Amino acid sequence: MVRIDGRGDGQSLIRARGLGKAYQRGGEAIHVLQGLNLDVDAGDFVAFMGPSGSGKTTLLNLLGGLDVPSAGSVTVAGDEITRMSGRKLTAWRARHVGFVFQMYNLIPVLTAFQNVELPLLLTSLSKAERRRHVETALAVVGLADRMHHYPRQLSGGQEQRVGIARAIVADPTFLLCDEPTGDLDRKSADEVLDLLDRLVREHGKTALMVTHDPLAAERARVVLHLEKGVLVDTVTAGRAR
Amino acid sequence: MKYLPLLLSSLFRKKTRTALTAGSFAVALFLFGILAVVDGAFQQGVDVAGVDRLVVLNRVSIIQPLPLAYRDRLARIPGVTHVTFANWFGGVYQDERNFFPQFAIDRASYRQMYPEFVVPDDQWQAFQTDKEGAIVGEALAERFKWKIGDRIPVKGTIFPGNWEFNIRGVYRGQRVQDDTTQFWFRWDYLDERKSFRKGLVGWYTVRIANPDDAVRLVKTIDEQFANSPAETKTDTEKAFAASFVKQMGNIQLLIMSVGSVVFFTLLLVTGNTMAIAVRERTRELAVLKAVGFSDVFVLALVIAETLIVAAVGGGVGLGLAKLFTLRGDPTGGLLPFFHLPGSSIVTGLALALAVGLTAGILPALSASRLRVVDALRRI
Amino acid sequence: MAIPFIYNVRSLRARWTSTVVAVLGIAGTVGVFVAMLSLARGFEATLVASGSPRNAIVRRAGATSEMDSSVMLEQVRVIEDAPGVERGGAGPLVSPEVVVIASFPLKGRDTEGNAQVRGVSPKALAVRPTVKIVAGRVFQPGLTELLVGRNVAASYVGLELGKTVRFGGGTWTVVGVFDSGGTAYDSELWCDFSVLRQVYQRPENMFQSATARLASPDALTPFKDALTSDPRVTVQIDREIDYYAKQSRQLTTLITVLGTIVAVVMGIGAVFGALNTMYSAVAERSREIATLRALGFGSGSIVVSFVVEALCIALVGGLLGCVVVLPLNGLTTGTINWQTFSHLAFAFRVTPDLMAMGLAFALLMGLVGGVPPAVRAARAGIALALREL
Repeated sequence: MVRIDGRGDGQSLIRARGLGKAYQRGGEAIHVLQGLNLDVDAGDFVAFMGPSGSGKTTLLNLLGGLDVPSAGSVTVAGDEITRMSGRKLTAWRARHVGFVFQMYNLIPVLTAFQNVELPLLLTSLSKAERRRHVETALAVVGLADRMHHYPRQLSGGQEQRVGIARAIVADPTFLLCDEPTGDLDRKSADEVLDLLDRLVREHGKTALMVTHDPLAAERARVVLHLEKGVLVDTVTAGRAR
Repeated sequence: MKYLPLLLSSLFRKKTRTALTAGSFAVALFLFGILAVVDGAFQQGVDVAGVDRLVVLNRVSIIQPLPLAYRDRLARIPGVTHVTFANWFGGVYQDERNFFPQFAIDRASYRQMYPEFVVPDDQWQAFQTDKEGAIVGEALAERFKWKIGDRIPVKGTIFPGNWEFNIRGVYRGQRVQDDTTQFWFRWDYLDERKSFRKGLVGWYTVRIANPDDAVRLVKTIDEQFANSPAETKTDTEKAFAASFVKQMGNIQLLIMSVGSVVFFTLLLVTGNTMAIAVRERTRELAVLKAVGFSDVFVLALVIAETLIVAAVGGGVGLGLAKLFTLRGDPTGGLLPFFHLPGSSIVTGLALALAVGLTAGILPALSASRLRVVDALRRI
Repeated sequence: MAIPFIYNVRSLRARWTSTVVAVLGIAGTVGVFVAMLSLARGFEATLVASGSPRNAIVRRAGATSEMDSSVMLEQVRVIEDAPGVERGGAGPLVSPEVVVIASFPLKGRDTEGNAQVRGVSPKALAVRPTVKIVAGRVFQPGLTELLVGRNVAASYVGLELGKTVRFGGGTWTVVGVFDSGGTAYDSELWCDFSVLRQVYQRPENMFQSATARLASPDALTPFKDALTSDPRVTVQIDREIDYYAKQSRQLTTLITVLGTIVAVVMGIGAVFGALNTMYSAVAERSREIATLRALGFGSGSIVVSFVVEALCIALVGGLLGCVVVLPLNGLTTGTINWQTFSHLAFAFRVTPDLMAMGLAFALLMGLVGGVPPAVRAARAGIALALREL
């Protein structure tokens, strides 16, 4: 269940209260987010939409512990991440968040396998165990046969799928996707969205997605709009359960 | 220049990078300055050598003396206008490390032979009347804080004993490069006091009327004294000084090698930096072109940036080298002439600009050839 | 767990032009550094090796070198009787010697060089047992014959075995070559002292120095004490090694000072080059770095990763610099030793410890050049970096 009124019970997986973020632009403070509330339960698939500059990416960054809010709090699985020190936050991120970026952000000098393996290097798994996880993740995204290719040898869609494999390989608490289909053609975009859909439906993942693309938004269970720094509800759209 | 803000803005875009590149130039040119100074120090003797003076030594060895009797015979040779002589003393003042050259000179003829050394008349007179008198060079007096009237003890090594002299005068050089580290005292006093080699001088210096005559006179003089117990070997003063530098080894080669390595590396570093800088600014440069600035303009812009960095960095480096030379000789006596001449500074700057130009030309060309469409599409 | 090392290696390779530039900068600096120090080392080594711990050189008190010293024959007798002197079959091993300078044309330099000519006594070789005759024979007493050091033929024109040369009003023949194991003697010409004295018109009873071979290195103290307190002689006594060490000091200092200045300054330049390379790398890879941090790699591992990269560059540069300089080892050159005023041949000595110093210097440069960019890499705000296009 997704709520934006700030009155969710304590059971939600992801909870934001009174979230605010302001930037300094030449002596003036610009408030991108103000008093934002959000509750997301495990297994939800939420899409955030809004005009350019409305703060969608900022919200995602705050929820993922990539940035620190000017006001308010974010609690994930009981941990209030906005109170965490840099080092703890980093460790928390490694454990709980899987990021999928618009520009894929694969390391060009590493192979697909090595890219997907990266988050596992932060755990204490043995080499053999890591290999098993990587192979599984790549199989889930359908790229097991491209394990040892470099990003430049893959198409855009394939690169993004490797990015998704990397995001899920350490079994994070939730996925944060920033315009995952933004750089892709229609066909690849569909493949990626199918994948995300499957992950949520069949593997019970929780996913939060920022997108411009109305067709992508359709795939989510809930679509929220960001306007003037707060979330506004829309029709609970699309092909849900 | 109306484009100056544009130029400066691109340089200040990445302050650290600009500073580091300018720093590389500063380092390279500082080294250039130091190497020029060292080279100058070794060459100094050659530079100041008189074109109209010949040095007459004992053929067997530089440490063998010549008879005093040769003086008159030398004076009588046609083409010779003046003759003087001196002895190397080689004493020790307080500590072996306080090295400075000491000469026992002929008080009657020495001053006239070396017009580049200037001694006030009254001081020279005092020297004439005091047998234990000494004239010291300006730099030498400065080094040990000597004043006229001081009594200086020198321990003789070649001519053993405790010798003491009274400073009667200070000479200065007319040119910057003239050596003012010498210590002169009277040969007649030395001859009187020494226990052996009486009536023998270390070497003669001869002035000739016409410098073009040098080669002929060298032969004439040596022929005069061939087959006598003390045969002579004569040379122009310049050749004599140059031979010492040559004996030291191929200093020039060493300096050139080090210099080349330094400048080559500088070239690579700068070229690479400029290439990276241009790559990063592809979009900006494309926009300039889209707005209407020509290819040539973009080329000139990039080259101008490099030249500014080169000039500023090079200037700083050379300035630091000059400052360093003001401290004087860091080796304590081995390089009495430690000076960076203006000509070297100019050469250094020219080199810096040349390197800047060479390093910047390729990136500048690639910048000027950017196709706007491609560049703006590139993400 | 740290960022995999393979990431650094591949990144260096991907930006190979910048990497090569930084490597060359460091290699050049290390090369010049090691080369200049091995020049100084070679000079020093030649002179220091010239002394034997069992030999003592006796000169007139107050003389600064052999040449302005004088030791009379009667004094030589006193020295021979002093305690500690080794006695051989022919009597006490003390060799009084006459030392002068003669000029000969230097090979390849287009000028003459001053060669040290040593008029020795018949005991000279016994006093210096490390000197071996490697060609020809020793000179015959009373004749104008020369026994030359192994560097002489290489340094001067016309002094090979069998050649004759004119100096001092006489004609001399080179009848033998000796090897003293890379010491200053290898640049000297030896002959009979009485012949030399005649040529240079020196008094018959006068020598420049006397070299005594002691029974043991410890015998120096009693030998020295006995002679310095003896009123019949006014001498200074040095262990041969110390005598030569003092001689080398001035020139060694000059080369070392100059070499160090040049190397330090070049090092600063190399550090600038490395900094430039690393800063550019950080800038170019800002997105990768942000991704790594987003994934959960802490600042510490980022810093370490970049520092390791810089150290790799430095290590390769240092090794390259050492390798390039290595062929210089053993290359003979020569210069004028200002303290004896004579030409001295010596060889570059590139020793393992010099190369180790060079490598350490390289790593230091890498560290200084790597830390600031690494810290910058770790500090950049992640969100900002990820948003950057």
